[in-house]
Amino acid sequence: MTSLDDLSILLLWTAIAIYAGAFIAYAFDLARRSSAVEEVTAGAKVLVAAGSAGADADATPVPASETPAKPRFVLARIGTALTVLGWLFHLGATLTRGFAAGRVPWANLYEFAMIGTLLIVLVYLVVLTRIDLRYLGTFITGLVVVLLGAAAANFYVIVTPLVDPLKSVWLIIHVFVASLSTALLALAFALSVMQLLQTRRERRVAEGAAKPGPRFLATLPDASRLENLAYRFAVVGFIFWTFTLIAGAIWAQDAWGRYWGFDVKETWTFIIWVLYAGYIHARATRGWRGTPSAWLSITGFAAVIFNFAIVNVFFKGLHAYSGLS
Amino acid sequence: MSSSRSERPEPQNEGASAASDPLRPSDHIDSIDDEINQPRLGLVGWLRWGWRQLTSMRVALVLLLILAIAAIPGSIFPQRMADPNGVVQYRTDNPDLFPILDSLSMFDVYLSPWFSAIYLLLFVSLIGCIIPRIKHHLKALRAQPPRTPARLARLDDHRTVEREGSEQDAAQAIDVAEKQLKALGYRVARYDSAESRGRGRVWSVSAERGYWRETGNLLFHIALVGVLVTVGVGGGFAYTGQKVVIEGKSFVNTLLDYNSINRGRFVPDDALQPYALTLDSFDITYEEFGKPGAGQAGNFKANLDVRETDGSTRKGSVEVNHPLSVGGDKVYLLGNGYAPTITVRNAEGTVLLSQPVEFLPQDSSMSSLGVVKIPDGMPEQLGLIGFFYPTAVKLDTGAFASAHGAVNIPLLTLDVYQGDLGIDDGTPRSVYVLDTEDMTKLAGRGTDVESIQLQPGETADLPNGLGTVTFEDESPAGATDFTESVKRYVSLQIHHDESAPWVLAFALLALAGLGLALFVPRRRMWVKATASDDGIRLEYAGLARGEDPTLAAAVDDLVRGHERLLDDAAPRRENPVKGA
Ligand code: HEM
Repeated sequence: MTSLDDLSILLLWTAIAIYAGAFIAYAFDLARRSSAVEEVTAGAKVLVAAGSAGADADATPVPASETPAKPRFVLARIGTALTVLGWLFHLGATLTRGFAAGRVPWANLYEFAMIGTLLIVLVYLVVLTRIDLRYLGTFITGLVVVLLGAAAANFYVIVTPLVDPLKSVWLIIHVFVASLSTALLALAFALSVMQLLQTRRERRVAEGAAKPGPRFLATLPDASRLENLAYRFAVVGFIFWTFTLIAGAIWAQDAWGRYWGFDVKETWTFIIWVLYAGYIHARATRGWRGTPSAWLSITGFAAVIFNFAIVNVFFKGLHAYSGLS
Repeated sequence: MSSSRSERPEPQNEGASAASDPLRPSDHIDSIDDEINQPRLGLVGWLRWGWRQLTSMRVALVLLLILAIAAIPGSIFPQRMADPNGVVQYRTDNPDLFPILDSLSMFDVYLSPWFSAIYLLLFVSLIGCIIPRIKHHLKALRAQPPRTPARLARLDDHRTVEREGSEQDAAQAIDVAEKQLKALGYRVARYDSAESRGRGRVWSVSAERGYWRETGNLLFHIALVGVLVTVGVGGGFAYTGQKVVIEGKSFVNTLLDYNSINRGRFVPDDALQPYALTLDSFDITYEEFGKPGAGQAGNFKANLDVRETDGSTRKGSVEVNHPLSVGGDKVYLLGNGYAPTITVRNAEGTVLLSQPVEFLPQDSSMSSLGVVKIPDGMPEQLGLIGFFYPTAVKLDTGAFASAHGAVNIPLLTLDVYQGDLGIDDGTPRSVYVLDTEDMTKLAGRGTDVESIQLQPGETADLPNGLGTVTFEDESPAGATDFTESVKRYVSLQIHHDESAPWVLAFALLALAGLGLALFVPRRRMWVKATASDDGIRLEYAGLARGEDPTLAAAVDDLVRGHERLLDDAAPRRENPVKGA
């Protein structure tokens, strides 16, 4: 039993190290993109100049990412390959922890961190097969290294039997869906941050500023596409969050004899839900689409992290399942 | 072309405004800004203006954000409804700050006037917003898809295909498209025209799908109202009570028999079903020594004899996560503890008290604190404060502690107080607390007399010859150790709330509505055929109503499918020209 858990720890630290490697590759990729942009935009300028001589005066400059000389982002590929490898170790760590415990591996803060980050990377990798989001690789791997590292170093607890309230099918459903939702909201958050950077860059380009901002942004989709992507992740995350809220209430009814009692964790789950409802509304409200709604998405995710890290560790309430004492 | 462009600055608006479009508040991103509609300065005008503000997207959004912020203090300060002991503690720790915070309802945030005001405003806004939308949507559900726009090429998702053929083929092509769209779940309408700007006759079909999107959105918002109303109304008909039951003892579900009960305002005195529960036994397991989590208690299970209201009896059990249903109520296991049986006699040997006394656990090893009050039969009133250690160990300091939650080496220590218990004036006092203010300590720390220490079956003298106290051994006959010498008790919570399933139903309805509202694409499609001497020109166009990332693919599919159907009817002769 202990040896399986030891193996889990070993696998986890290996995964962290590989993720760190992926982070470095992705970071160099962004840096490389900057120089790639330089070459490409030099070419694009000629094209635009030639085009503006023609009749089509309101033609928009061709975004760099659509030019024929599309850079191949070798470093990003290395980053992705490392992320996949890291994820496999991470999966191994999670599974061995589950076998060591003889139950689902998400019953204390250490395990929540492990499964949550596992899902973040999984969602990212699955989405990668359909949409090129590798520009988020630095963020994703960075976040995962920090969360996993903190969990492994500070939140680790040995496997102990479950306390009675956790002995429920809802542990499997509620916590898993919450983690999945967190993964989706994390991607939405990252995209919203990119959107804000891109908006700023686009504004500065329009103003003709000499240095419109980090140059890698030129290889990213435009701000409105980033916003749409962020929105799509956020709404799926929001639906799962709504489900988490309902499932939690059903569980609370069985375990604590009431479905809602404004326990600290319940309260924060509700606050997050309302924030994202606000975000979805903001997207449909004139004057709020774009930058203000992006800030709401960012605030919402900040609350998710707060709920996870701060509330679990420092607030006392019925949800005292961090396993830390 | 450029002249008509100035009439409609946004090409996307082509074919957009129609009776089947969902109704939106005026500051919604899709609606045409009509702020010019200034109110007249009459009272009615202002009221109307205020109502429009309240039911606008902006106000809904701001109220949502305020609601989120307003919920935060309740997670920072202890709340009376969730953590009453925390509130008492806070008062002790911050005597100066407490009254100020309390006057701001910081300890009852979710029942406070300001919090209520926010969510009530939000729901007024919500209802005001959805009623006109429901009316509108009911009409839209019966409306025809809108007329085919004159210039489909202006739409973002537009394809053109040239084919050989006659006027007859053109009409047929649209017939085929109509069937095709219908089969895809679209509602369709034909808009054929005789003549179009000298370019010959035009046949077209207009199609729309995704009415479920708006239905889902309305369902979601209505269900939220449903949740709020059922929670609010349900609370009035609900009751929750606590009762401590000792092994072998019974509880009858009547108002009198509860230790405490909270009743909703509409619960009459006779609402309770007089069923009875007897605690037969209590199961508990401990993790073995040497294993991780050693000593951790779990698998709590209260085995009960249930006598239903109609007199029939059955066995039942209550576990965490598995409440017992009886008489329309649910019975939960909240806690457990030990109730050592204590007998007190006075100097004459008269028994003044002989019963199991519930001790409250103070730590995970079940060191427990209990109080015995003897109001009569002694020269002065007597109070005992006791500690019970199921597995007693002596610490280096000389104090006792419990090493394990199970009864192995049971020990009861008692401090004795004499004086006024403070219960004669009718002030309600907790049975678990001894108010020692008007009492003198006779035995225990700080006095000359050591506190009384008893093992099961032992009797000790009370100080000053007041009498004796006995820790009764409850072990069954023939027992060889102390493991069954002390009775256990459980604290049960009995909860009655018929609204809970309704709340759940509305919550699930909201979830379903949300799924529809966010994932059903709402779109319009048009297929138009124009016949000329060169052949027929087929135009396809799609228009998204709301978030619709797959529209372009859907238009492509439509074109491909249509071509295949036409080719099946007549072989194609020319390559299609994709364009616009
Ligand atoms: C309890 C408060 C509310 C919550 C939690 C809430 C939540 C939501 C959510 C999650 C959505 C996205 C799902 C969908 O499109 O159906 C939505 C959409 C919408 N809500 Fe609300 N809402 C609330 C109050 C209101 C109010 C007061 C209004 C009217 C002023 C309103 C008007 C709308 C509209 C028009 C949409 C559709 C947005 C679009 O076109 O994409 N909601 N709401």
